Amino acid sequence: MNLRRRALLAAPALALVLLTSACGSSDAADSGDAAGTRSGGAVTNSATSSADATPTEGGSLSFAVANDPISLNPSGIGSGNDTLYVTRQLFDSLTEQDPETGEIIPWLAETFGASDDATSFTFTLREGVTFSDGTPLTAESVKATFDDIKAAGANAQAGAQFLGAYDRTEVTDDRTFTVHFTAPNGSFLQGVSSVALAPVAASTLAIPFDQRATGEGVIGTGPFVLDHYTKNTEVVLTKRDDYDWGPGDRENTGAAHLDEVVFKIVPESGVRTGSLDSGQVQVIGGVAPQDNAGLEAAGHNLVVRANPGISFGLTAVETQPIVADEQVRLAIARAINATDVRDAVLDDHFAVATSPLAANTPGWVDLSADLAFDPEQAASLLDEAGWTGGDGDVRTKDGQPLHLVIGYISNFGPNQGALELIQQQLRDVGIEAELWTGTVPDYLAAIKDGKIDLAWGNLSRADGDVLRTQYSTASSNYYKIDDPELEAALVGQASTADPDKRAEFQATAQELLVTRGHTIPVHELTTVLGADPSVHGVVLGADSRLSQLTDAFIAE
Amino acid sequence: MGRYVLGRLGQAVLVLWAAWTVSFVILYALPGDAVEVRLGAAASDITPEQIAALQADYGLDQPWFTQYLTQLGHALTGDLGRSFENGQSVTSLLLENLPATAALAGLALILAVVFGGGLAVLANGVRFRWLSRALLNLPALGVAVPGFWVGLMLLQLFSFRIELFPAIGNDGFSSLVLPAITLAIPTSAVIAQILAKSLHSSLGEPWSDTARAKGAGSVRVLFRHALRNAALPTLTITGLLVGQLLSGAVVAETVFSRTGLGRLTATSVSAQDTPVVQGLVLFGALVFVLTNLAVDLLYPLLDRRTLQRSTRRVARPAPVEVS
Repeated sequence: MNLRRRALLAAPALALVLLTSACGSSDAADSGDAAGTRSGGAVTNSATSSADATPTEGGSLSFAVANDPISLNPSGIGSGNDTLYVTRQLFDSLTEQDPETGEIIPWLAETFGASDDATSFTFTLREGVTFSDGTPLTAESVKATFDDIKAAGANAQAGAQFLGAYDRTEVTDDRTFTVHFTAPNGSFLQGVSSVALAPVAASTLAIPFDQRATGEGVIGTGPFVLDHYTKNTEVVLTKRDDYDWGPGDRENTGAAHLDEVVFKIVPESGVRTGSLDSGQVQVIGGVAPQDNAGLEAAGHNLVVRANPGISFGLTAVETQPIVADEQVRLAIARAINATDVRDAVLDDHFAVATSPLAANTPGWVDLSADLAFDPEQAASLLDEAGWTGGDGDVRTKDGQPLHLVIGYISNFGPNQGALELIQQQLRDVGIEAELWTGTVPDYLAAIKDGKIDLAWGNLSRADGDVLRTQYSTASSNYYKIDDPELEAALVGQASTADPDKRAEFQATAQELLVTRGHTIPVHELTTVLGADPSVHGVVLGADSRLSQLTDAFIAE
Repeated sequence: MGRYVLGRLGQAVLVLWAAWTVSFVILYALPGDAVEVRLGAAASDITPEQIAALQADYGLDQPWFTQYLTQLGHALTGDLGRSFENGQSVTSLLLENLPATAALAGLALILAVVFGGGLAVLANGVRFRWLSRALLNLPALGVAVPGFWVGLMLLQLFSFRIELFPAIGNDGFSSLVLPAITLAIPTSAVIAQILAKSLHSSLGEPWSDTARAKGAGSVRVLFRHALRNAALPTLTITGLLVGQLLSGAVVAETVFSRTGLGRLTATSVSAQDTPVVQGLVLFGALVFVLTNLAVDLLYPLLDRRTLQRSTRRVARPAPVEVS
């Protein structure tokens, strides 16, 4: 073979390398939101590993996660939950959301309040908090952090979504400041409980935004500090001895019991479980539903919590002619047996959906009566809508078959199995469904180009405002739901910070979404961690992501 | 000789340029771009203007030929750019990840030569036809079994059940053993297949009979005469084997949770992180070109005839069919 011939071979060989790696990396898609948000609702397991033993000081905890964090900058774009598991340890927030009650409680901010129209929010910081570089946390630090996020635009996606209409922060004194918005931002107090809006030190902000991903010089006030981060391998954190400002929902508000936490990046789920079994790691994240039973049988503890936010379900893309018809949408809803779907592809750590929102989301209402499985009613709704035939055949209307395309992305392993079952259930009432999947940009393009009638997905957040970001036509919405009453409710819940008033609007929005068939909720997502029995006090927070590991300790 | 070297260099540059261009076209043809991949599917309050600003920042708003020429221009001056995903310089990413993959691929190549070569010699040396046949069937199996399956089986057995080797990480030699075996299996299979075939034909050549007639024992004929001649076709495909090791590293490094160029390739491709992927492709092509150059220079050492002819035009052994 001469060199010219080998030269010809080189290009395809390299192209093959590209293709192989593209195929091999499907697990990477798991880093998206859906994977990010596996937690359980009507499940008896606790969201914490056993905490009954007496805390032991010291030790190193190794925690296997599926994805490289990509960015340790709290406001940057990481790889979803796995990033937040790490960054939560390094950064504190102004408020904390109590996982038990969903209430917003003080953290770095001792007191906080909102104006009646939810356009300005005043906070007073607690005294004595310092960044890990020794500088004090001041009102000026928070202002500089928010200004920086606003300036970074889409680069700071995680933070920017809570600061959309950010106007300015007004510093009253060292500890008091007011954040002003140009439009109401009713969920802001919950928003500031997220890692994305955590205050960082002045020296951090001096580093250009796009160079903070390695975490070097990125300073927070959290109970752990970064020792080192090796991309695709591990992130090692060490305890901060002088930490003394944990929020009130923790057992331990002081320094962590553990000396060190090592997050190991282990992309294969089977390798994570095997490593836990053989004692090579002590806690694993991203447990696949089919592994739950095996882990329990092997004597491991499961840390389980349902994910708040929008449950997995089908949402109609209402610019598509067939699903623009409300009767068709409702018929689809009646034809789906969500309990069967849950039983077939998941286990009872996962709850059947009772509303577009998961049951542990503040503002949730129980709409299970409106979501009942009723194939006969589905058939008569389709008859009324003019889609006739059935009895084993695909229904038709004016010679056109009742053919729908269901689109999904592989952000959660059981998606395909769930949709294949739904496909059969729809076929039973004479609806022919085709499944479509692709990469995220592919998927978004397909929705835009009118190739998808029903979109399958979820979105986790521990606040009912998630309904607005998902279904309002004002934000970057793919479903084009033309429903002024729904829009009014979605905007209404954001126009006040009063939890009761917000809940009323959110209840209306949930009812309209279900009774008009805009969305068909099917099952909730559940986050599961596997933990060695020697590990105690590992807790999932209100957002069903790993909470700070200040309560965690290792005791045989 | 000078003209010969210049010609080789010219061809090498052509290979690098072609690889670069092909990978650019493939990445560009994918739907969406790095910004859309990063922002994900979840609807949020990020405005289209903010998204457009970020795309403009990366130059993704430019027409494809502008993007292509700009990146090519930078690459020619040695600037491979920065990762879209985390802002790190591509050169430093490559250098950071190179040692781990070099160690892995190096050990895998040694294992592949030892086991592949050993198998070929054994298959040609054994007296029993059935055993020889059975041995000759092993390479086909080695090529056929998928790498991730082999990796997971090795993990199950030698890390989870018998806790001999660590399952994850880049921690010392013991963490290198299982991934290197995983990576070596398909490579050793190719070596065994080609070497066994050429050994077989070498042993049938008249000069082998001559050697035997002169009283050389079968071991001496095999090692001293046949192996030396049969090694040439195997050496010819070394470039391809190195390519196979690099692509195999994508799977091996993922299954064994190792850092390295393979892992970097997997994550960068799925993030459509064009600068990093382009850097990796360029690096891969460079390794390929250099390996082939080295092979060309090694020929004369193994086969004097190529040296004698090289004054006019270098000739090579006949092309090898990789089946």
